[in-house]
Amino acid sequence: MLLYFRALPHLLAADRRRSHSLSVLLRPSFLFRGPIVLQGGKGPAALTLWMLFNCLFQTNMAPNSIHWFRKGLRLHDNPALREAVRGAGTVRCVYFLDPWFAGSSNVGVNRWSRFQIQNFRNFSNQIRLVSQEWKISRLTFEYDSEPFGKERDAAIKKLAMEAGVEVIVKISHTLYDLDKIIELNGGQPPLTYKRFQTLISRLDPPEMPVEPLSDTLMGCCVTPVSEDHGEKYGVPSLEELGFDTEGLPTAVWPGGETEALTRIERHLERKAWVANFERPRMNANSLLASPTGLSPYLRFGCLSCRLFYFKLTDLYRKVKKNSSPPLSLYGQLLWREFFYTAATNNPRFDKMEGNPICVRIPWDKNPEALAKWAEARTGFPWIDAIMSQLRQEGWIHHLARHAVACFLTRGDLWISWEEGMKVFEELLLDADWSVNAGSWMWLSCSSFFQQFFHCYCPVGFGRRTDPNGDFIRRYLPILRGFPAKFIYDPWNAPESVQAAAKCIIGVHYPKPMVHHAEASRLNIERMKQIYQQLSRYRGLGLLASVPSTNGNGNGGMMSYSPGEQQPGTNNNNNNNNSHCKSRFNPAEAIFFFS
Amino acid sequence: MKRVKGGEEGSNGSCSKSPPPDARKKVRRELSEASEVVPASDVSEYDWSRLPQELLLHIFQYLPLLDRAYASQVCRGWNQAFHMPELWRCFEFELNQPASSYLKATHPDLIKQIIKRHSNHLQYVSFKVDSSTESAEAACDILSQLVNCSLKTLGLISTARPSFMEVPKVESSFTRTIIASFLSVCKAKNTNTIVTKQKGILCVADQCHGLRELALNYHLLSDELLLALSSEKHVHLEHLRIDVVSENPGQHFHTIKKSSWDAMVRHSPKFNLVMYFFLYEDEFGPFFNEEIPVTHLYFGRSVSKEVLGRVGLHCPRLVELVVCANGLRPLDEELIRIAKHCTQLSAIGLGECEVSCSAFVEFVKMCGRRLSQLSIMEEVLIPDHKYSLDEIHWEVSKHLGRVWFPDMMPTW
Repeated sequence: MLLYFRALPHLLAADRRRSHSLSVLLRPSFLFRGPIVLQGGKGPAALTLWMLFNCLFQTNMAPNSIHWFRKGLRLHDNPALREAVRGAGTVRCVYFLDPWFAGSSNVGVNRWSRFQIQNFRNFSNQIRLVSQEWKISRLTFEYDSEPFGKERDAAIKKLAMEAGVEVIVKISHTLYDLDKIIELNGGQPPLTYKRFQTLISRLDPPEMPVEPLSDTLMGCCVTPVSEDHGEKYGVPSLEELGFDTEGLPTAVWPGGETEALTRIERHLERKAWVANFERPRMNANSLLASPTGLSPYLRFGCLSCRLFYFKLTDLYRKVKKNSSPPLSLYGQLLWREFFYTAATNNPRFDKMEGNPICVRIPWDKNPEALAKWAEARTGFPWIDAIMSQLRQEGWIHHLARHAVACFLTRGDLWISWEEGMKVFEELLLDADWSVNAGSWMWLSCSSFFQQFFHCYCPVGFGRRTDPNGDFIRRYLPILRGFPAKFIYDPWNAPESVQAAAKCIIGVHYPKPMVHHAEASRLNIERMKQIYQQLSRYRGLGLLASVPSTNGNGNGGMMSYSPGEQQPGTNNNNNNNNSHCKSRFNPAEAIFFFS
Repeated sequence: MKRVKGGEEGSNGSCSKSPPPDARKKVRRELSEASEVVPASDVSEYDWSRLPQELLLHIFQYLPLLDRAYASQVCRGWNQAFHMPELWRCFEFELNQPASSYLKATHPDLIKQIIKRHSNHLQYVSFKVDSSTESAEAACDILSQLVNCSLKTLGLISTARPSFMEVPKVESSFTRTIIASFLSVCKAKNTNTIVTKQKGILCVADQCHGLRELALNYHLLSDELLLALSSEKHVHLEHLRIDVVSENPGQHFHTIKKSSWDAMVRHSPKFNLVMYFFLYEDEFGPFFNEEIPVTHLYFGRSVSKEVLGRVGLHCPRLVELVVCANGLRPLDEELIRIAKHCTQLSAIGLGECEVSCSAFVEFVKMCGRRLSQLSIMEEVLIPDHKYSLDEIHWEVSKHLGRVWFPDMMPTW
């Protein structure tokens, strides 16, 4: 009796690109024996759990709990899991294997619904059988702040309550209770990072991570594991899920809690050794995957953000002799928190249309150009090397992300950030919904009051970061023969150099897909005009076009103005000496800023 | 002037949803039935069609074109207001081919109507054209029909999509055709064909004495043009926008004599010179060696420390400086020099650069409160013995007189 469909392979279409994301998830990471892995998505989840509850009450016996893992794949700092175990007779840990990671819009609708329906039918039969045995009366899970997560959990809660099952939810995926931050900001999430920092400095510090689950805590609680558990509920392998694993290189980012905990120790060791806690200077090495990198583990919850937070604090106090740590110490964690907060009440956070915080920019529709970018065929070695690393390993340095995001959107190709976000969702290990969408909006200057003048040059930026070009040679072996002088713009290399490198541009490696100077000139003009209409700024300055926030980081309510602007006598906030009566603005800049 | 009350939309003069005449009568009746306070004689005041033209004009000026167009369909009075000359001083024609451009083009019927009824009223005209010849031809066609306009501004902007390396640039031919057409509009004295692009724009300057704004590529700029623009018969130029774009590395650019710029400044003391540079670092040779009256400067690619040093020396009228990238050597001296010599500087933006915290604080102190825009990426500031990153924003805020933080980028 297998709980997942053999028919899956054709549905998943052997998509290798997803494989390493899943591999993080599926490496045996549970110290707990016998996690129960079920297939399916949101719909089946609801039904399944309902089936599980829909049985018998415990009257005098200790409750039988289910702990539902979604993220939070760890034993340490898992208050919800502790609640499952507390005084329970039996506890079962359940995970729904959702290869598409709820919220991903990559799959075509038909495939998804067919997949769901088939799973559904299969489930409902099998679960009916097991639920009678299990007699569940308590359900626990970690709080999920993302909008559809909240919706799904509300539905589950309702079902559970109706079935008389106690539901316990604990916050441990974020440092703070996000609703408190929003409340403190007058009901709106802060839209500038500085404002966010101000708010959290007013809150109580995050709660301490709770003790990891141990034998003592388990007490008399057992997890019933039957003989055929592995067959019925075991973690499927990638092959079983239909992925083609032939030739897959060893994972650069091995999954799981054990790995995460080892890494955090290494990470802190390195910080202590450096001992100044300053932002490390970017160099060529930073581009490569680091054995102390933590972001994918934070995303899946293999590493608790609170544990990380407190370990950083302790270390700082030890090294700097008890002084108070600055907020910049927790940069990575706080950015994550910032985007979670911005997204939690906004179901359209990952879209431009209908998203109250996103500027409507008339991006181009160009699937061919998008494909070139996604598949590392732009002709700009810096961009292509980064995208290759992303595809192969699932992680790129954050400045590399800025470079490729700028190139795709406001820098060169003028393609929507939503497209870039979808590609990252597929390829990037640490891209969860809120952080990915938020970062893309930020980097494309679609939100958060960002200045748009700084364009990352696809040649110069890479050259300044890694003058020798080793990063490029590593991920684009075809260009290995080029000297450092030309490796960032090989199309400028004389024919002799190209021949010597055994790589003719246009033949063995594509020509650059845009003329960067022209593209960036055009695009900066477009951005300027869009923002001028947004801020009703009529002057000549570039910087003043971007509306500034009023002190509470919420921005003013800008009026809605499609169509042409009348250059008016109405004045604006800018005190620049020049105003120009005839600055026109494109008809397309429709926006709604709040 | 009586205030007209009633109607569903009360605020902001937004007329776009105003009811058609029949509904208005209905509303009027309902209102008169509902209200007891208002005497019956005032019922006739609730009539949108009796709104004075001056008010209508004022309200229409707030509306975008599309909404105004809808409003003009409401009644004859509003239609008249829609066509009042004051609303047609400026227009931007957008000409694109739908197949290749996301941007919407100005509707041909609208273009026809403008030419028919408003060509006399137009004073500020701009053409935004993509890289197709059809669009360029359409633009010329429109221009040739604007016979009697007293154009004060002609903007020639090409919204060409980023071109692929092999395709020849279209903008130059577009500019040529536009200028040629324009000459016929302005009843040029001689109808010789234009030999070089420079000569062409020169003719424009010669003929259009009312020209107040000009935007062009650097290769169209010449000493002769500047002198023509500063001749006595020419009005004061308000704004000159120049884009300096490198097509190929190592491209050579001509220099403009200081005397030409001086003539410009003498003639139009308040004019703004906006320059956008998209050059490779080693192509800046011809620039900033002598004093130049640039007011707004943008470096879209990396610019060297040395060039920024020259900017500090030779740009006394500088109002805004935006640097995308510089490199990894601190710009301390250059910034201080800019603070000292560019006394009009009120906006500065630094991207991928480096400045030590102390030098930055010094810079802000020297500029003081005139800095209304200070956009510095967080990575730019290098902490030193005097200031750490956390302390610097207090110092800077103090000198600026308002709360200031550097710009941040997410690190995830």
